Amino acid sequence: MGCFLTNSSLGRKLVMSISGCFLVLFLLFHMSMNVVALISAEGYNMICGFLGANWYALVATAVLALGVLVHFVYAFWLTYQNRKARGNVRYAVTVTEKGVDWASKNMLVLGIIVILGLALHMTHFWSKMMLVELMGEHVNSEGLAPTDGAALIRVIFSQWYNVVLYLVWFAALWFHLNHGVWSMFQTVGWANDTWLPRLKLVAKVVSGLIFLGFAVVAVVFYAKSLCCGCC
Amino acid sequence: MNFTLKIWRQKDAHSKGEFKEYKVSDISSDTSFLEMLDILNNDLVHKGEEPVAFDHDCREGICGMCSLHIDGHAHGPSQAVTTCQIYMRQFKDGATITVEPWRSAAFPVIKDLVVNRGAYDQILQAGGYVSVRTNSVPDGNAIPIPQADAEESMDAAACVGCGACAATCKNGSAMLFVAARVSSLAKLPQGRVEGARRAKAMVAKMDELGFGNCTNTGACQAECPKGISIAHIARLNREFLSAKLED
Amino acid sequence: MAFKLDSKIPAGELAQKWSNHKAAIKVVSPANKRKLDIIVVGTGLGGASAAASLGELGYNVKIFCIQDSPRRAHSIAAQGGINAAKNYQNDNDSVYRLFYDTIKGGDYRAREANVYRLAEVSNLIIDQCVAQGVPFAREYGGLLANRSFGGAQVSRTFYARGQTGQQLLLGAYAALNKEIHNGSVKSYTRHEMLDIVVEDGEARGIIARNLVTGEIERHGAHAVVIATGGYGNVFFLSTNAMASNGSAAFQCYRKGAGFANPCFTQIHPTCIPVHGTQQSKLTLMSESLRNDGRIWVPKKMEDVEALRKGTKMPSDIAEEDRDYYLERRYPAFGNLVPRDVASRAAKERCDAGYGVNETGLAVFLDFKTAIERLGKEVIEKRYGNLFDMYKEITDVNPYEQPMQIFPAVHYTMGGIWVDYNLMTTIPGLYAIGEANFSDHGANRLGASALMQGLADGYFVLPYTIGDYLAKKIQAPKVSTDTPAFDEAEKAVKAKIEKLLSINGTRSVDDIHRQLGLIMWDNVGMARTKESLEKAIVEIAALRKEFWKNVKVVGTADSFNVELEKALRLADFLELGELMARDALNREESCGGHFRSEHQTEEGEALRHDDKFAYAAVWEYKGEDVEPELTKEDLVYEFTHRAQRNYKD
Repeated sequence: MGCFLTNSSLGRKLVMSISGCFLVLFLLFHMSMNVVALISAEGYNMICGFLGANWYALVATAVLALGVLVHFVYAFWLTYQNRKARGNVRYAVTVTEKGVDWASKNMLVLGIIVILGLALHMTHFWSKMMLVELMGEHVNSEGLAPTDGAALIRVIFSQWYNVVLYLVWFAALWFHLNHGVWSMFQTVGWANDTWLPRLKLVAKVVSGLIFLGFAVVAVVFYAKSLCCGCC
Repeated sequence: MNFTLKIWRQKDAHSKGEFKEYKVSDISSDTSFLEMLDILNNDLVHKGEEPVAFDHDCREGICGMCSLHIDGHAHGPSQAVTTCQIYMRQFKDGATITVEPWRSAAFPVIKDLVVNRGAYDQILQAGGYVSVRTNSVPDGNAIPIPQADAEESMDAAACVGCGACAATCKNGSAMLFVAARVSSLAKLPQGRVEGARRAKAMVAKMDELGFGNCTNTGACQAECPKGISIAHIARLNREFLSAKLED
Repeated sequence: MAFKLDSKIPAGELAQKWSNHKAAIKVVSPANKRKLDIIVVGTGLGGASAAASLGELGYNVKIFCIQDSPRRAHSIAAQGGINAAKNYQNDNDSVYRLFYDTIKGGDYRAREANVYRLAEVSNLIIDQCVAQGVPFAREYGGLLANRSFGGAQVSRTFYARGQTGQQLLLGAYAALNKEIHNGSVKSYTRHEMLDIVVEDGEARGIIARNLVTGEIERHGAHAVVIATGGYGNVFFLSTNAMASNGSAAFQCYRKGAGFANPCFTQIHPTCIPVHGTQQSKLTLMSESLRNDGRIWVPKKMEDVEALRKGTKMPSDIAEEDRDYYLERRYPAFGNLVPRDVASRAAKERCDAGYGVNETGLAVFLDFKTAIERLGKEVIEKRYGNLFDMYKEITDVNPYEQPMQIFPAVHYTMGGIWVDYNLMTTIPGLYAIGEANFSDHGANRLGASALMQGLADGYFVLPYTIGDYLAKKIQAPKVSTDTPAFDEAEKAVKAKIEKLLSINGTRSVDDIHRQLGLIMWDNVGMARTKESLEKAIVEIAALRKEFWKNVKVVGTADSFNVELEKALRLADFLELGELMARDALNREESCGGHFRSEHQTEEGEALRHDDKFAYAAVWEYKGEDVEPELTKEDLVYEFTHRAQRNYKD
């Protein structure tokens, strides 16, 4: 059974679905955590402390990285095969078929934007938090304690261009998940004519929540930076 | 009505093809799209040119022989019909209409607009049947089948095997075709017996023949002349994965 | 030399004939079956079911079709259903009643023993198809549903929406795929049989053309089965598929197989009327529509004129001004009279000037009463796809305005003569399904074509072919390197060469259209001595013109649709004449064959049992030579031949 995950199209799709599902769950967690920063900087930093250079956080990070890697590698693998299956001669006229979401046909492009955003995000945050701790240091390049995530948020989102970049990233994520979330149910076989519309609604709710949760933090912190801490 | 046609001409499988333009005039709006091609072909023959080769047979939307990618749509601009059920009244007078063959690596062009869809036959030969011998069967009413199940089975069984799904799919995936057969038989007690074996065999053959991976865009469902739902793909996924987990 | 026809009908009681026969014929052991090769030409219900069943038995089978997949055969287009004498409805149906309805429906021009066997195995077909996973319509209790069809007073038709033929063919095709997978059947798609090879008086194989490469191939076998359907396309416009043709059957006739009752053509009453001169194909609306639809024309000529001018819509015409002529003329069966009767009644009204469209060649099929009685939802559920199809084609919504229908050529009851074993006059050559002549007499009842195709393929031929092949177990593999094959291949190549070299001025379709008009006007729904004699002369002239003036572009060694069509038309041009000759010979009216000189005072078909209770079997005598007629007397031991009565 092991090999069907690599040598069967449906097995490969299952890998995409499960790894995607895992990443969605992580995003939901991350988003919830960010929202805490809006309410209480202390509370947020407590969570950051909890997720510092502990063995369980490290293991979770490694698993997460693996999830991203698998999802990423499989995406390219599947796309390569799909392009081959499509043949060398392309249609001269193409249209978007009725009822087909734009996102569903552009998952790879959206995924690449998400990955680029992730890289930016890692340099902004992870490299200044967990990585610093792993190096055994106590102050990061911003001159902050690696556990003071709330302060780091304030610094990063005080720059308008960072806010714009993050919003673009979140939007790409929103599109990606809009298709991805119901698609992962479809791929594991949990769909029928009754459930398909419901699952599509679930996808909209989940992707909407994730987008809003992340976006609101970025926007609110930028707004706060404008009124120089008076509120 | 008058039309300009941009039609893909290709001498044979090995030659390079190209678009050629033709004009047809005085076409009645009640003429079917294929009758319009008949008229063009008759003109071409009179001029001593080779007529455009295209597949067609029953002209009632059921044999699945006709294909054609018309103005970007498999089976033309209408929903839930085959090319032979398209009528010229659906086009604007004076329009330029682009006609292409199915494009998919698994459906190589034979000539002009004719492609080889033998791969679909091969997938069904791999397991798209119930292994019963002639005459070794119980009475037709021996096993009651809930009406809803029979209806759902029939929904999937309506597939005509035309190839529009794989031809439309940006991934060249044949999942809707395979799913229609697997799902149709999975909904019936007669088909359940070898359900696991069937799903595995047909998916393996589909992969082997070079069809792509389904990414759930739903384009196949939108262009399917029989409106077969991608919910059947979900059932195929379920059948296949549960079969694999039993291995 | 006339044929010595031996129908091989077994002796004994009607109900015992088939079992007695099965017990008496020889069987071939499994070890010997492996040594025997069978060619099946055609992959419709007959061909696919036969090839699958023969493969299962252990024979080596090769199957040929002209389409890109066996699943495309025109059986797939049958809409309404398949008959069987299950009596699931408890309406007093029985094998005998199905037999009787079929014999009577065929106007007493079919063999009793064959028809009884057909009715007998009909029940097995339903069981077989259910087991294959055919999704027949079901009741809420999960059991099989039935509907009514023309020519019967019981509900015995099994169906899968309006796609019964498709579902049954997919069942047979699946069985075929199973055998292809198992290696017992080899499939040759996009291949057309161009000749049958006969050696020492026995069938030895076929010459086929690979339609993709144009290559001419030889295939040898111990027996050849023709399952290539009917020849309705001789009329150019018909409900047959575009590529349906009579060529395989005609080559058999040319090589010595008797061709029986070629004039028996079924004109189907419910087709969408012809709309112009550019049409290539007619579309059938299922007979099942007559379950709930009522057929009418206006009573008053002024209404007819108003309809044609467009000043009145059909729905504007009051109930009392409508002539429901089938209900008026045939109270007992009403709108469900057999097809030949319904077609002729429509023609009678149109000839009288009451036809309802611009051409005067259409009548109404109206669902108003049914929609009022059952509600739109029920009608939509029963016929939704057919209504959609009608709207798609005509741009008229049949829920609001009645459909317009007119008869069109649909099926040919005539075909290659076969004995009770389905063997032709050439030993080793069999014909099944629509390609043979055996079961429907002069008119086929609705939902019986599917029944016959599958009966022949699943339950008759697999037994009877053993009786012949048992004699061949010592015979070696059939060599294709023989003078007979050389000659056949040479003739085929010469014919192709000739067609390509004419380079005249008329396209194949032009000539085919003209042939169709000659046939429809003279050998159509009503025939007279004069019209038939005229047709024979005109067809002969057209044939001459074809061989002098046809233009076939392209080459022999490539995918060449024009060449395919030309080869088929060449045979239609002879077949049409044979049909006219047969119709001329049959000086009576029966079933689909209506000679205007022979009708009752009420305009019904008038048979002459004293002179024409026979199957007319024609023997080829050479090009432009009159064929020779041999008669197979039809003996009616168990039924009384009466004037058909659908009135009370």
